[in-house]
Amino acid sequence: MVLWLTRSRNVAHHLKRKWDLVGVLNHSSSLCSSSLHQHHHHHHHHRHCSSSSTSPITNNSRDPDTVSSNSASGFSIRRLESTKAQQQLDSVYDDHDDENQVLDFPGGSVMLTSELRFISETPEKRIKCYRVLDDDGQLIMSSSFQEVSKELALKMYRNMITLQTMDTIFYEAQRQGRISFYLTSNGEEAINIASAAAFTTSDVVLPQYREPGVLLWRGFTLQEFTNQCFGNKSDYGKGRQMPIHYGSNKLNYFTVSSPIATQLPQAVGAAYSLKMDGKDACVVTYFGDGGASEGDFHAALNFAAVLEAPVIFICRNNGWAISTPTSEQYRGDGIVVRGQAYGVRSIRVDGNDALAVYNAVKEARKMAISEQRPILIEALTYRTGHHSTSDDSTKYRPVNEIEHWRVARDPVSRFKKWVERNGWWTHEDESELRSSVRKELLNAIQVAEKAEKPPLSDMFTDVYDHPSSNLFEQERFLRETIKRHPLDYPPEVPV
Amino acid sequence: MATRLNRLSRWHSVFKRGYSTSADEHKLQRSGKTVNLFTAINQALSLALETDPRAYVFGEDVRFGGVFRCTTGLADRFGKSRVFNTPLCEQGIVGFGIGLAAMGNRAIAEIQFADYIYPAFDQIVNEAAKFRYRSGNQFNCGGLTIRTPYGAVGHGGHYHSQSPEAFFCHVPGLKVVVPRSPHQAKGLLLACIRDPNPTIFLEPKWLYRLAAEEVPEHDYMLPLSQAEVIREGSDITLVGWGAQLSVMEQACVDAEKDGISCELIDLRTLIPWDKETVEASVKKTGRLLVSHEAPVTGGFGAEISASIAERCFLRLEAPVARICGLDTPFPLVFEPFYMPTKNKILDAIKATLNY
Repeated sequence: MVLWLTRSRNVAHHLKRKWDLVGVLNHSSSLCSSSLHQHHHHHHHHRHCSSSSTSPITNNSRDPDTVSSNSASGFSIRRLESTKAQQQLDSVYDDHDDENQVLDFPGGSVMLTSELRFISETPEKRIKCYRVLDDDGQLIMSSSFQEVSKELALKMYRNMITLQTMDTIFYEAQRQGRISFYLTSNGEEAINIASAAAFTTSDVVLPQYREPGVLLWRGFTLQEFTNQCFGNKSDYGKGRQMPIHYGSNKLNYFTVSSPIATQLPQAVGAAYSLKMDGKDACVVTYFGDGGASEGDFHAALNFAAVLEAPVIFICRNNGWAISTPTSEQYRGDGIVVRGQAYGVRSIRVDGNDALAVYNAVKEARKMAISEQRPILIEALTYRTGHHSTSDDSTKYRPVNEIEHWRVARDPVSRFKKWVERNGWWTHEDESELRSSVRKELLNAIQVAEKAEKPPLSDMFTDVYDHPSSNLFEQERFLRETIKRHPLDYPPEVPV
Repeated sequence: MATRLNRLSRWHSVFKRGYSTSADEHKLQRSGKTVNLFTAINQALSLALETDPRAYVFGEDVRFGGVFRCTTGLADRFGKSRVFNTPLCEQGIVGFGIGLAAMGNRAIAEIQFADYIYPAFDQIVNEAAKFRYRSGNQFNCGGLTIRTPYGAVGHGGHYHSQSPEAFFCHVPGLKVVVPRSPHQAKGLLLACIRDPNPTIFLEPKWLYRLAAEEVPEHDYMLPLSQAEVIREGSDITLVGWGAQLSVMEQACVDAEKDGISCELIDLRTLIPWDKETVEASVKKTGRLLVSHEAPVTGGFGAEISASIAERCFLRLEAPVARICGLDTPFPLVFEPFYMPTKNKILDAIKATLNY
């Protein structure tokens, strides 16, 4: 492999914009991106392998970190780290290829071989998962990460607690019949908050529905969340959507829609806009392990790669798509490996490790913007709550599995241990925060409940920029009907 | 093909008589050149890109000019970052277009054939159409225009012939527009591109090269949701859109020889549609015939029939006639049997008059 690349400069030249092909050959990019996180603030390491270590081929002059004389060392490192499958792959080329024989194919030449051999459907080893904190909230000494300030850490922790408390109270409110529906982010607080912390508000969010923490981080108030869940006249969505379908133009958070994965190709379009406008910002879009089976996921990754859009795809792989486990959702090593197939740089992180999520997303954002490219992040986590208030997950998964993740793997307590160990957080801080958030939420619910529902006229606006004549006609007819049959209609909606 | 060439000559005669109600009529005389439909669309796209730096044209094979040549020369003129190919994936094209439009751009997406729009159905119906409403007008993708060639072409079989307009007419939040000629196409397409709502613009592919007429070179728009009476008459009202109008026009001419005076209306925008113009006409003639290539059952003709029955029941002298495609998949060898042809229309006109 190494020999071939050094001897086939012309071929490499042909391949330079086709690093997806190269990826198939040298199997490098995931290894490369995992070691990227050794690039921490001390700058003393020499195993610098940023994405651009494929630079003899990708020749990415936009990357300031490009190591110009890296080919020999870079490749030898990768050889050391190669999996067995990789060695098999190499041997295909080393033993049987005719070095001078290449197939001149549109988009770049491909080496020829006389050996009939298929690429294995499973790698020898699974892609590793980047982690900074161990299960006990201890820093893993060898891990590469950026320091997080006390201020930032505490803001993250406070937001996680706030999100948790909001989930608890809204879940109860639904159980009491005060709101029609709810969906918690239990178990995924770290992905929500730590990813949000790595972005700026100028970055555009296209959420799925289990990322209210991102909106919380950006400053959406508890009253605003509550208004949406109660569908009152202060709900920006004017009471038209079910609870949890938040959105905020001001905070660059696109309104949630229920269909799965539809936001993904849209995120590419939004990112293309940022690219064309030369903005110092990217798009982030979220989805789950189930969503990655939708056609829109594949469309989006492919479009993002081809159109070189600065978009970060964050997959919350929480093990369950409602009742369907990942074993019935996909084959292969999860979501992260799909990135390379599409020519998208990717990384797998421990989604219950707030520091790992923060660092991975921060680095991804930097690359997405400076190199104008998409990044795929697969965050491994677990949905410790039910899918929604319409679901009972004990019907399809063992209670002890849920308990294990809820207790031993809880992302919030893991982060808390780290914050406490730093001496930044006390038991008193904790109870004070929890009770004040609780109070604020109960008050918000009272306010939201007392508020009027949106007026009937809001039913007919915003279908188009101006109501069409059929809508005027239907509104008139409906109002006459209401006059005749007022008891047929909910009295709380002002007519 | 011979009948189609007849159609073409009909069109020339129609336009020489100057039916257009457009305010630009005088300019048409002054600065127009005779161009075909794809060239008129090319002009509209060119003007859209020229007048708005935030306009983008994209889709499968768009960069080299598109399989119907509608985007010829645009990438050279406006650069390949504004006029570009996408991967072969309709849901991706529309989803991408929604995101681009939602950021305040004019996203002009091409779906290569209307027959292939279905993978994008979810993006169109659940996303584009509801984008404004569901966000309480915090976000919208009104800058999105989806252009797509539709309809029979003589040899297209199942998958190069369909007319899927009715699916989209069932979706509040969308606008569906179909032009009948080059002049109409240019003005309506520019109106769609600049309309602040997501729009589906169905281009009659049979007319891309066959229909030619004088088209003003300058920038002009024709109003959406406004039908146009293109032939006045007193005995029966005929309503249609797109390529079907030329067939209906021939039927009107033949009916005239039998002393029947037909009023022909081009609906132009299917939703939100101009009921008033159709209603006024039917109140005058007392009879209505609707014709489209799409299968009759559940076609948009059914909606027009029902609405007019509601509004004009006492004025109707006969049941509303629907001469449409049959309820089979669009068949290759049997296309001449499937189609709502001139004589089927003519027979229905006579039957309605004799009811």
